[in-house]
Amino acid sequence: MSTDKQTITTDSLVKLRKNQPRFEGIESGHRACLGCGEALAARLVTEAAGPDVMIANATGCLEIFTTPWPESAWRLPWMHSLFENTGAIAAGMEAALKAQGKPTKVLAFGGDGGTFDIGFQALSGMLERGHNVLYVCFDNEAYMNTGIQRSSSTPHAAMTTTSPPGSDRMGKRHLKKDILSIVAAHHIPYAATTSVAYPSDLRKKIRRAMEIEGPTFIQIHSPCPLGWGHDGEYSIKVARLAVQTGLFPIIELERQEMIGSMPIRHPRPVTDYLGLQQRFRHLFNKDDARAVEELAHIQALADHNIKHYDLRGDGMDRLDSDGADTVRRGGMRWA
Amino acid sequence: MRKALEGSQAIAQTVALCRPQVVAAYPITPQTHIVENIAKLVADGNMDCELVSVESEFSAASLVLGAACAGSRTYTASASQGILLMSEVLYNIAGLRIPMVMTCANRAISAPLSIWNDQQDSMAVRDAGWIQLYCASNQEAVDTTIQAYRIAEATELPVMVCMDGFTLTHTLEPIDIPAQAMVDEYLPPFNFSRALDPANPISIGTLVSPDHYSEARHSHHHALLAAADEIIAADADWQQLSGRAAGGLLSVSGPDDAQIGILTLGSIVGTLSAASDTYTDLPATQLINLRAYRPFPVDALRLACSGLTDLIVLERALSPGFGGIVSAEVHAALAGMPAVPRIHSFAVGLGGRDIPLEIYRTLHERINVAEPQPFSIIDVEREKLPVEDHGIEVTGIMT
Repeated sequence: MSTDKQTITTDSLVKLRKNQPRFEGIESGHRACLGCGEALAARLVTEAAGPDVMIANATGCLEIFTTPWPESAWRLPWMHSLFENTGAIAAGMEAALKAQGKPTKVLAFGGDGGTFDIGFQALSGMLERGHNVLYVCFDNEAYMNTGIQRSSSTPHAAMTTTSPPGSDRMGKRHLKKDILSIVAAHHIPYAATTSVAYPSDLRKKIRRAMEIEGPTFIQIHSPCPLGWGHDGEYSIKVARLAVQTGLFPIIELERQEMIGSMPIRHPRPVTDYLGLQQRFRHLFNKDDARAVEELAHIQALADHNIKHYDLRGDGMDRLDSDGADTVRRGGMRWA
Repeated sequence: MRKALEGSQAIAQTVALCRPQVVAAYPITPQTHIVENIAKLVADGNMDCELVSVESEFSAASLVLGAACAGSRTYTASASQGILLMSEVLYNIAGLRIPMVMTCANRAISAPLSIWNDQQDSMAVRDAGWIQLYCASNQEAVDTTIQAYRIAEATELPVMVCMDGFTLTHTLEPIDIPAQAMVDEYLPPFNFSRALDPANPISIGTLVSPDHYSEARHSHHHALLAAADEIIAADADWQQLSGRAAGGLLSVSGPDDAQIGILTLGSIVGTLSAASDTYTDLPATQLINLRAYRPFPVDALRLACSGLTDLIVLERALSPGFGGIVSAEVHAALAGMPAVPRIHSFAVGLGGRDIPLEIYRTLHERINVAEPQPFSIIDVEREKLPVEDHGIEVTGIMT
């Protein structure tokens, strides 16, 4: 009698992994745009967080495109109340679960508008009071749901409908708010940035935050093809370039102390990133001295980040596996 | 057991008897003593709940909303600017049909800044879709708070218990705080049918297109109308248990054959009641204590007003540019009655102005006219107005 013994090969392992059912908290069939960074990020977050969670979702694209009554893309207990109270809604859920003695973890989801701006007070209160909530900010750098208006997360010089370039302006006049430092200044146990271009990093950070009892915060850089002005198929490429140029540093903070960063061994010039997006097209008019100056300004901001966060790291090995320029796809390394 | 308690203290003890699992509030005069007393009950181990001292009224309302959706009985309290700050959340809570109870320690609205009592705060959120019950005394406030939980949970509507700031909240008087066993018998544990649960995930607060919004509003409106029956039943059951009723939708006192009625809300009822005992030379008068303002008890009001020739509506709020808010609704409710009484509309006691017993005589004098006069603030002192306004009649639409 012969046994049909299976030999495990690299191929079969990959196949096995592909076929392994993975929990998805958000179903396909929702109404996000093609290439939506936020939709992908939300799916990755729910995959990593697992089913024993409860979600408070701020008003915004994510809320709108997942729940057109009578349909819902959520396979998790989910609620949306208003734009600016998500921190407080999540805090209330957590207080209730605590009172009931249930271990379910509360997640709060907000865009950059709902987090950096209008919902900032409720978020600050939630952090200060130490609620056991993982707050996830899907940062697409403008009010996309209302049609691309500037937020305090919009990067310097970017064009939005309320920061248009013209004879007297070169896009947004102000800098992107450093929300991570502000959040971390509440002395919360864990605050980190990640990017939808690095799913394994994203998953790792969500899992880490899930295990922490107390307020945690993760900011996910999530391209908006419509708002940024690039084809949906380039979302990951654009998001990756934001990291590789140093414009969006991937870092982790514990109690306000930096404990890790994703190194950039070979930083790319910011023009590689900016040039792919229509929101920066006014910076590429070579006859406009202001444009040239702004490009230099943005490069200086990236250089500052690289220096400030020590993003070059200490290894110069081109083949090491721990840098932004070698991590190409997720799912294999950490997750 | 009757105890000498400040109104706020009594409310805090009553809330504890109702066993909310999550309480969130932000201090504001004259609500402050309520949350302070709750904090003390929690600190002393006499109240088992998660008390969250939030950073604003907006977050207070939001926090109890999140907690209720996660399946807990909740409580919050506010007043004045706090009610206005949380108004967006109040609409949201009601639209989501979330059962919860809050106390509004009624206070005037700024500007000009006033910390004293009137009812412009709760009137400003009249259309938020909450049940609103007004209390004439601290005992009524205690009994109404307990009933409010029963009503909210039976109807899946939020209930705002309105009690006059200072006049009630800061007044010490003998109050009967019911026994825990009695409240437990009356109020079963909270069991919210739409509570969020990972084992049975649902989505709350979704986007609706024009295809469904009207239906949601229709259902909400009819749920509020239908809540009238539950308000009556909750009061009747409480009366059976405690021996005390809190006034159902509205209560009427005074001689049956009286032809003059005065309708009002809140603690003025006590003033007018004392005045009617004092000024016995004035014509017999019925006092109508409007307890349920939302839902508005049209049928009960028509019944109460049948046989009246004159009805005075006395309220502690106004709609600038129009006039009386409650009186406008009374006009609408009584329209089409076989013999509609003449309706006289006055605001009184705004921003905490004292309402003396003599107001009763003034009211009787002011209705002794050929035709009802337009709405006015009855206790305005003209010599305090700018000189150029001294001679101008403050008039408005006939409400």
